[in-house]
Amino acid sequence: MPAIDVHDLTKSFDGFVAVDGISFTIESGEIFGLLGPNGAGKTTTIAMLATMQRPTSGAATVNGHDIVTDEDGVRRSIGIVFQDQSLDEELTAYENMDFHGRLYRIGGEVRRQRIGELLALVRLEDRKDDLVKTYSGGMRRRLEIARGLLHEPTVLFLDEPTLGLDPQTRNHLWEYIERLNAEKGITIILTTHYMEEADRLCDRVAIIDRGSIVAEGTPAGLKASIGGDVITIASPDPDAVAGLLTAPWVSGVERRDGQVTIRLENAEEHVPGIVTAIHQRSIGITSLAVRKPTLEDVFLHYTGRTIREEEASGREAMRMFHRAGRR
Amino acid sequence: MDIVYAIWLRSIKRYLRSKSRIVGSLGMPLFFMLVLGFGLNSIVRVPGMEGDYISFLIPGVVAMSVLFTSVFSGIQIIWDKQFGFLKETLVAPVSRLEIMLGQTLGGATTAVIQGLILMVFALFIGLEPTGVTGFVIAVLFMALIGVFFTAFGIAIASRMEDMHGFQLIMNFVIFPIFGLSGALFPIDSLPAWLRPLTLADPLTYGVEGIRYGLTGAAQVSPVICLAVLAGCAVLMTAVGAYLFRKISV
Repeated sequence: MPAIDVHDLTKSFDGFVAVDGISFTIESGEIFGLLGPNGAGKTTTIAMLATMQRPTSGAATVNGHDIVTDEDGVRRSIGIVFQDQSLDEELTAYENMDFHGRLYRIGGEVRRQRIGELLALVRLEDRKDDLVKTYSGGMRRRLEIARGLLHEPTVLFLDEPTLGLDPQTRNHLWEYIERLNAEKGITIILTTHYMEEADRLCDRVAIIDRGSIVAEGTPAGLKASIGGDVITIASPDPDAVAGLLTAPWVSGVERRDGQVTIRLENAEEHVPGIVTAIHQRSIGITSLAVRKPTLEDVFLHYTGRTIREEEASGREAMRMFHRAGRR
Repeated sequence: MDIVYAIWLRSIKRYLRSKSRIVGSLGMPLFFMLVLGFGLNSIVRVPGMEGDYISFLIPGVVAMSVLFTSVFSGIQIIWDKQFGFLKETLVAPVSRLEIMLGQTLGGATTAVIQGLILMVFALFIGLEPTGVTGFVIAVLFMALIGVFFTAFGIAIASRMEDMHGFQLIMNFVIFPIFGLSGALFPIDSLPAWLRPLTLADPLTYGVEGIRYGLTGAAQVSPVICLAVLAGCAVLMTAVGAYLFRKISV
């Protein structure tokens, strides 16, 4: 039985389609990433799978429980860390955990023991009796993850788990997440708009853009699917450079911000030829870089935009969506 | 019941921790009790009552304190909504009814505590204890006021996006409810056209009930008070639960 099975799931708000008929399957024990810009529909997808919002159409099961007809079954078997903080700042870490344990009807002795273990796991046991309002962003995130694990869920949802954290804390969190997955076998579904996060953590990734899944696979597979290497050339005349690259070994060319990105196999062999060709036309090269493709290139390939451009229009859509929601 | 208790416990912890709120919300009732009480004590005689005006006023001000504290407790759900905590409770495998009942009982409990603190102050300015039975009756009515108005606050909070509307509710709903209730003056001395309004105000029955408990005299029979207020409290809890069920975050 897959941990999560999604069929043609759709959510629209007053004509704005936030999630548009997505389907995917997550096997038990996987770390699965929903990768996409803000406003792509990641959080709405999570909200539907966690029974916080009802789908407009389509169906999904989480641990075999239908998300519409068996809400309580889903809720009992999942843990969730929301994108925005959801702690009670006027309570201590221990009290937040204790409240959660009571909500999930975990008996007193077991509850106390598990809280102790989990607070040790996220290294907060020294601060457990301090009010959460005295905590830093990273500590709060760790506490929320510990809380999400308290009732021993088989699936853990992490919605932008490292948003707004400094690089060091982010690294620590990644280690926790990997350890949880390895040691406890918890299936993890995370959303992120950080490419390197998806690359580092996820066994499989679905790239989601404007409510639809545009590509799905392992990070390595996705990167391989767009051609072996990437050459980026900055030039005063990018159009002319792009016009030159018509050889059969070029599998793709994109122009962005005065830069030309070329996808091809065995880039090292072709660099001299490309440089010579450009030089012969007296076009000029500001800089040239050869690298392996990243998920950023994958995103660019499948959507025709960089994720940063998407961020801008995505935020716009979110704002409109919020306004619509208020009415 | 565990869930109701968990949510109740959280309310109580938060209340006991917010010292400034406890002290702050004693301010206005104390002001009413001292200024109106001493200011009017020598010139006002309440017809049909043996005691002086200040002993007439004290139950009214206790009711006022319970009223304000409980409405505020209910409306606080908006903050839980804004600070994200509400999601944590809504995504748990518990029913909305349990959450709402926990909030209501928590709010009512804090409101009763607030009323009791005020009663202690009142002892120093003229409240004469009438015995255990009277005290228990007064607390019972305070609890019912607490349940009614916390549920009322939750009902309002379920339909509000943020705290901006709070002033509006205070000025156009809560103050009129307080003013019409007979907390400050005997309802018998009101003009006839105002009387139906007073009798339609649930707080009237709460005030009269507390007054009966604390002074032994009231203008509405305590049995009627109990029946009406208890009925209203149940009804409002149902309305609050219904609206809270539809809340979304």
